[in-house]
Amino acid sequence: MPRSITTDDVAHVARLARLQLSQEELTRFTQQLAAVLDHARDVESLDTTGVVPTAHALPLVNVLRDDVVTPSLDRATVLAEAPEVEDHRFRVPKILGDSQ
Amino acid sequence: MSTEPVVPAPSSGWETVIGLEVHCELRTQTKLFCGCRNSFGEEPNTNVCPVCLGLPGSLPVLNRAAVEYAIRIGAALHSTVQASMFHRKNYFYPDMPKDYQISQYDVPINAGGWLTLPGGRRIGIVRAHLEEDTGKTTHVGGGGRIHEATRSLVDYNRAGVPLVEIVSAPDMRSADEARAYVDELRAILVATGASDGKMEEGSLRVDANVSVRPAGSEEFGTRCEIKNMNSLRSLGRAVDYEVSRQIQLIESGGVVSQETRHWDEGAGRTASMRSKEEAYDYRYFPEPDLVPVDPPEEWVASIKASLPPMPSERRERIAEMSGLPAGSEAVVTVVRLGLDDLVEAVGAQGADTKSVGGASPAVAAIAVKRAANEVASDLAGAANLERSSFAKLVRMESSGQLTSAQARTVLKSMLEAGGDPEVIAEGLGFEAMESGGLEAIVDDVIAAHPEEWARYSEGEDKLAGFFIGHVKQATQGKADLKSASALLRSRR
Repeated sequence: MPRSITTDDVAHVARLARLQLSQEELTRFTQQLAAVLDHARDVESLDTTGVVPTAHALPLVNVLRDDVVTPSLDRATVLAEAPEVEDHRFRVPKILGDSQ
Repeated sequence: MSTEPVVPAPSSGWETVIGLEVHCELRTQTKLFCGCRNSFGEEPNTNVCPVCLGLPGSLPVLNRAAVEYAIRIGAALHSTVQASMFHRKNYFYPDMPKDYQISQYDVPINAGGWLTLPGGRRIGIVRAHLEEDTGKTTHVGGGGRIHEATRSLVDYNRAGVPLVEIVSAPDMRSADEARAYVDELRAILVATGASDGKMEEGSLRVDANVSVRPAGSEEFGTRCEIKNMNSLRSLGRAVDYEVSRQIQLIESGGVVSQETRHWDEGAGRTASMRSKEEAYDYRYFPEPDLVPVDPPEEWVASIKASLPPMPSERRERIAEMSGLPAGSEAVVTVVRLGLDDLVEAVGAQGADTKSVGGASPAVAAIAVKRAANEVASDLAGAANLERSSFAKLVRMESSGQLTSAQARTVLKSMLEAGGDPEVIAEGLGFEAMESGGLEAIVDDVIAAHPEEWARYSEGEDKLAGFFIGHVKQATQGKADLKSASALLRSRR
């Protein structure tokens, strides 16, 4: 029997998602997520031998488009949505660590 | 004074283990999931739309041409092209406005494979998967260094550009081998048409996983991932530096910690980059907005059939024609510079016995050497070099009509100004030595030096040079010295 989810697990996932949760929320979400995982465990108990894993709810593959250029947005419109702009680029606070 | 930092040679007793991740931008017209133009060097933020900016309600649609290029790459690397799907790789960094990158995770489009280095070593490929590129961040203020920057500027033109990431097995054992792998992979990617191969423009980016272990050990040491190498030279320097750093660390009682390190080209060293905890927890999950890709067999087969010969096959072909080793510098150079057709042209002009493609191995070997030397050092001239004229020149040299020194001179002139080799040779006063004329000269030289001839005839072989020297003098360098040597031996 796999261990059930703890408040530490939820706090960890919340940190990864940059969510700030109160102690009361942590407790509540832990209970809710545990219920979701219990349900997954019910499904896991079924015999799925020979069932192809389902990657998607739609019975579709290979939805492709042709490699044809379509108009991009007007730059002034795009940059109007940026919190700050410098040299036609989005200006963001100093970043620690490099991009991947 | 050299500005190169002193990198001590690795202590003996250690083995280097290198695996490489190469990101290759695909030469499509548009991005991976939207119709924005895929183009380098445009005005910032002009090729962006709701999809690549990650605006709410936008939906990605996969580019058919990107899938085709990915399959071409997989086929060229002997991978298994398979049904695959996309995942979201979640992280917070302003280079991706969605806060996730669409990539492939446990089921990549290409699984397994290998490539063969010119020296014959086979390097394994783990996978070659499709993903989108990130935007370009520029750190400003504080002299451009990340740690001193006051702010960062982001251009999203590159966000969503299609990439194939090729992950090698940890099969390389030296910086030289890592460079050779990237060089070979680049040639393959260019041959498939998927890439322009320009490392300096970032269309090909290399990250290196480097570790060391005691020689003979089967277990891997802890690896570091090195980023920010913008050329083959940087790659070699960065790997050498990192290997020395790890060995010194271990020998002085320290422990290598698994981390990402940034190569500083100016300082000639790597430095630890990412220190934040949980940096590697990307919480991958299946991309709900995209359906799986399952390329029909006929499509994959037609793509495979349309691929040109890859560099290793071309080297084998040239080696077979010329009798030179496939890994020899001349053969590698000819193939790298795409001069194979010059060698083939010589075959097309003849039907020599024991030939592959019409030229005997000796004739083809002359063509390879001339192509790898004179032609390779004047590529501008090579573009205008008539294949048939080159073939004619090689035939003139192989038949002894021109000495190799004369052939080189004539070829240089052809590369500079074009023209027929026979006409150029005549203009330079390189009249062909009639073989009868050469015989007469050799006999004259022998007659003029009876004493030396007697000693040579009795087995003093080194005197051959003396006679050849005189033949050369008598003919003002026009004689084919090989023929002269043969004549000399026949008179003995």
